[in-house]
Amino acid sequence: MADTLFTVVLILAKLALIFGVVLFMAAYLVLAERKILGRMQLRYGPNRVGPFGLMQPLADVIKLLTKEDFLPARADKWLFLVAPGITAVTALLVFAVVPFGPTIEVFGRTIPAAVVDLNVGVLYFLGVSSMAVYGVVLGGWASCSKYSLLGSVRGLSQMVSYELSLGLSLVPVIMMARSFSLHDIVMAQASVPFLLLNPVACFVFLICILAESNRIPFDLPEAENELVGGFHTEYSGMRFGLFFVGEYINLVVLGSLMTVFFLGGWHGPWLPPVVWFLIKVLMVCGLFIWIRACLPRLRYDQLMNLGWKVLLPVSLLNILVTGAVLLGLGL
Amino acid sequence: MSRHVFRDIRGTLQPFWVTLRNLFRKPVTVQYPEQKQQLPERYRARLILTRDPDGGERCVACHLCSAACPVDCISMQATEAADGRRYAAWFRINFTRCIFCGLCTEACPTKAIQVTADFELAGRDPLKLVYEKVDLLVDHCGNDNSYNFYHQTGIGVTAPRGENPQETKPMDVKDLMP
Amino acid sequence: MTATLIFYLLGAVALVTTALAIIQRNPVYAVIYLVKSIFALALIFYLLGAPLVAALQVIVYAGAIMVLFLFVIMMLEITPVSARKSSAPGWLSWTPVVLVALVLAVMTLLLIGLDPVAEQGIPRWHATPRDFGYALFNEYALAVKIISFQLSFAAVGAFHIGLTERRRARMEKDS
Ligand code: SF4
Ligand code: SF4
Repeated sequence: MADTLFTVVLILAKLALIFGVVLFMAAYLVLAERKILGRMQLRYGPNRVGPFGLMQPLADVIKLLTKEDFLPARADKWLFLVAPGITAVTALLVFAVVPFGPTIEVFGRTIPAAVVDLNVGVLYFLGVSSMAVYGVVLGGWASCSKYSLLGSVRGLSQMVSYELSLGLSLVPVIMMARSFSLHDIVMAQASVPFLLLNPVACFVFLICILAESNRIPFDLPEAENELVGGFHTEYSGMRFGLFFVGEYINLVVLGSLMTVFFLGGWHGPWLPPVVWFLIKVLMVCGLFIWIRACLPRLRYDQLMNLGWKVLLPVSLLNILVTGAVLLGLGL
Repeated sequence: MSRHVFRDIRGTLQPFWVTLRNLFRKPVTVQYPEQKQQLPERYRARLILTRDPDGGERCVACHLCSAACPVDCISMQATEAADGRRYAAWFRINFTRCIFCGLCTEACPTKAIQVTADFELAGRDPLKLVYEKVDLLVDHCGNDNSYNFYHQTGIGVTAPRGENPQETKPMDVKDLMP
Repeated sequence: MTATLIFYLLGAVALVTTALAIIQRNPVYAVIYLVKSIFALALIFYLLGAPLVAALQVIVYAGAIMVLFLFVIMMLEITPVSARKSSAPGWLSWTPVVLVALVLAVMTLLLIGLDPVAEQGIPRWHATPRDFGYALFNEYALAVKIISFQLSFAAVGAFHIGLTERRRARMEKDS
């Protein structure tokens, strides 16, 4: 009994820690994004609230909290209210399996540095992330507005075209690590990260998570300058805030997954593992921000073409080649 | 299609270099409340009513400015002094509507209404942006220190034709002589 | 004991949600119930020691097939207006949904926290991904091949139907 209690307390503690860290990171990623984008466009970005604008996230939260929580007249009430939660929660749920450090010893027990070390971690990630699209879709549909609906439909078709390649780009990783567990995958990269062993899979994965995060160049469901705000056109106040924060949590999560699958997780010389992990995650997030500053939005059909005609064949071929090489090496 | 592949690849990679370079350049932003931009001389912002070199009001309440205004934000009441000189009993510009196009200044025959470079008009109470004559009238001649409408025209038509200063004698249209 | 209880509860949830999915007038709600039913099924698979199948159930059915359903529903906008403004009182429309979601969440926590699978005597990894793969490509290899042939026929057919008249004419001329 005491054993179970200990496990439960431990899981709760880890949950609280991760929740805090991820939310904090998400809040400051918003600021970092605005500042970096600003500098890239020869502006300063927010610099008024607090020194260097460091209190800006707080100001944003206060603003969002005090705004009117608007409900469109013909909206489907409860779906409209629930949808933002789905986005934020699924993003947070994925983080449950992300290992951010090697196993640690506490009170004579080995504890994985993740909320749970699921044996099917990769599949868990794929399953939960495929749920995330429901938030976008149901939110857009429930608003009963044509812009929102268009945003949702785009979100759906976008998801259908990249989700397959996302899964397939992870197959070589699983083949090389010979395990579905994220912890084992990181351990398999102790010497060489998979980025160097299989750059094609890494590239496909990068494009797919860009699409997964609904960011430029794949921000079709939002597309401010075509669809007003896409699926969140009708949202205001904290519900919009949930969508918004969900998107940035997603950014952190996807950055961590990129780190786990291809950048060797917490492995790295000199610095403590957790620091290495954080550095790598932030680097991936920085890359995302950089990409946002550089590329224009793809068109709907271009995205479908890219997904089905380029990424899918490439990742299938990549699986074949990886399998052949692994066989040839007798691994 | 394949013709453009290299162009497309270059076009995709180039922005990364440009943005990276920009990251280390100094932003062009002027930090407004602390730093102020040097505005051009002919900047159009808050309107004023100027006086002529003698210190009298220039405006003759001819309504030309209010007719020219595209957003109809000038209103006034014309009245006449004892000597027959017209002036505005009240003169009002609603700066919440003014678009600072400057058409009123071009319409004005007396150079009474002029623009200034003072653009800091923002406030919390829109009613405070309705400027009355006292707010508009200034104690200088604006951009023209010499022009005095009444020296050209006189007040009312008291002098016979051709008797005003600088006015040529009227031409006899039935005479062929120069 | 716990495992049996959870099993029957999940079974009940799956049945109820499927029934609800059928009687819904609003197709979007029907899809939501169906997704929940799929979730319940996935949890049952997990309970029976087949986490891979459980994950595939969620990824493929809830994540892909249902998304396609939603896509079609939204493209056609076949939701009748009367269904949007349901005449039933508000709580009737959302209570079952929330209830079912709650039950599913609690079940998931129980499954992960208490691990009743082991207690029941079934090894947790009764069907590992490896076993699954061996079964698929050894025992059922023929079936897998037939199905993949069918899928490629379907893909070719879809391609043919998707061709516009002009492109079809051009391709026939080329060949
Ligand atoms: S500047 Fe333009 S808008 Fe303003 S008062 Fe003059 S004419 Fe009207
Ligand atoms: S400001 Fe000029 S245009 Fe307007 S009424 Fe006075 S004299 Fe006429």
